[in-house]
Amino acid sequence: MLALQGSFAEHLACLGRLEGVRPLPVKTPADLARAEALILPGGESTAQSRLLRRAGLWEPLKGRLAEGMPAWGTCAGAILLAGEVVGEDPHLGAMDIAVRRNAFGSQLDSFTARQAIAEVGPEERALVFIRAPWIERVGPRAQVLCRVRGQIAAARQGRLLATAFHPELTGDLDFYRYFLSL
Amino acid sequence: MTEREQMNRNLAQMLKGGVIMDVTNPREAEIAQEAGAVAVMALERVPSDIRREGGVARMSDPKMIAEIQAAVSIPVMAKARIGHIVEARVLEAMKIDFIDESEVLTPADDRFHLDKRAFAVPFVCGARNLGEALRRIGEGAAMIRTKGEAGTGNIVEAVRHQRCMSEEIARLCSLPKEERMSFAKEIGAPYELVCQVAEEGRLPVVNFAAGGVATPADAALMMVLGSEGVFVGSGIFRSENPERRAKAIVTATTYYNDPKIIAEVSRDLGEAIRGVEISQIPESQRMENRGW
Repeated sequence: MLALQGSFAEHLACLGRLEGVRPLPVKTPADLARAEALILPGGESTAQSRLLRRAGLWEPLKGRLAEGMPAWGTCAGAILLAGEVVGEDPHLGAMDIAVRRNAFGSQLDSFTARQAIAEVGPEERALVFIRAPWIERVGPRAQVLCRVRGQIAAARQGRLLATAFHPELTGDLDFYRYFLSL
Repeated sequence: MTEREQMNRNLAQMLKGGVIMDVTNPREAEIAQEAGAVAVMALERVPSDIRREGGVARMSDPKMIAEIQAAVSIPVMAKARIGHIVEARVLEAMKIDFIDESEVLTPADDRFHLDKRAFAVPFVCGARNLGEALRRIGEGAAMIRTKGEAGTGNIVEAVRHQRCMSEEIARLCSLPKEERMSFAKEIGAPYELVCQVAEEGRLPVVNFAAGGVATPADAALMMVLGSEGVFVGSGIFRSENPERRAKAIVTATTYYNDPKIIAEVSRDLGEAIRGVEISQIPESQRMENRGW
């Protein structure tokens, strides 16, 4: 669990409720070396990106992602994983997706949607969008998992997962099980 | 709780572990963002200037706030006077991301805070103790910060407020259920929120430190004491080298439990804000005493 800034405590609490998972906060290259998979939390992508560089995590993390480490980015984390960020330089560039930051608007435009995501399960679930990005397009290597308000809100590329919303805020463990199953 | 209230609390959760910086123009806002701030607070005069210049401190010029909103992609906050319904409505109309109903500005109402539930936009409010925090949350605040003593560069009041809150929460959690009502009466807080804190062992919203943070070590100290993030007002752009200091404070907030990293980032930052000894400030001029 990348633990530089943002909603990592919420993610760690969710992971703690799952069997067979040993949650580990990642703040240093030594932490990263011990991790088998990585979740990148919600928060501010610019702040997290600066911290990744200062922590010396930038190159090792890019290397691990290139080697195929499973990773899941929620909101800011999805922005960090994207290969293209509209109007900005990309960060880790691991996924074949283009994201647009704050695409739905300011905090007054934050919203909660309710819908099912076939890959994750048949039940309708609450999807919380906080100053959220959307995925503008996915490349040939990635697949769309769901659309909300006409925009791509989740995508998958092999063992990489990007969601514009926050399952850590609703404690939606199905999403964690889905990520672990990839 | 409405869905809107929940999402406003959620935005505060996204700011956790981060630093929110006071900025007075788009250039400073860009420096803050580049340094890794999670949000900026747009205001015309930082608290130390307000303290020095005196007069009535009001909401900032909407033009200046709009310029800062255009300059950065991180959330932009702005301050409204305590109880000033219209200043808050103006900021909401500008689609500001968070309003600070702040004791740093001159209060507009000497008896009542805003009914923050009447707004869609989230609010952060200052508190010195648990009772004050729960009164503000009862009114609809989505986030709490210590008041500290803004503009002094002196961390002692923020430490006092954070410790007071933690001690009161610990005491409340140790009480048998039948004592909760009297505790609520004693601290002047809504009973339902007192019960919630007793069950969960923490405030129902995110709690940041504010008021007097001047150095990376100050920021880390507040995190060690249990704050979930840090506001820095005058401490950055009233210091000798704002860019370096801003970066250092961001890094120290993330690595608050790693003294080696804090030592590294604290090197050669130039002069900090000069600072004021609290006992030199007359009681009537202490900002922390504003609010009810």
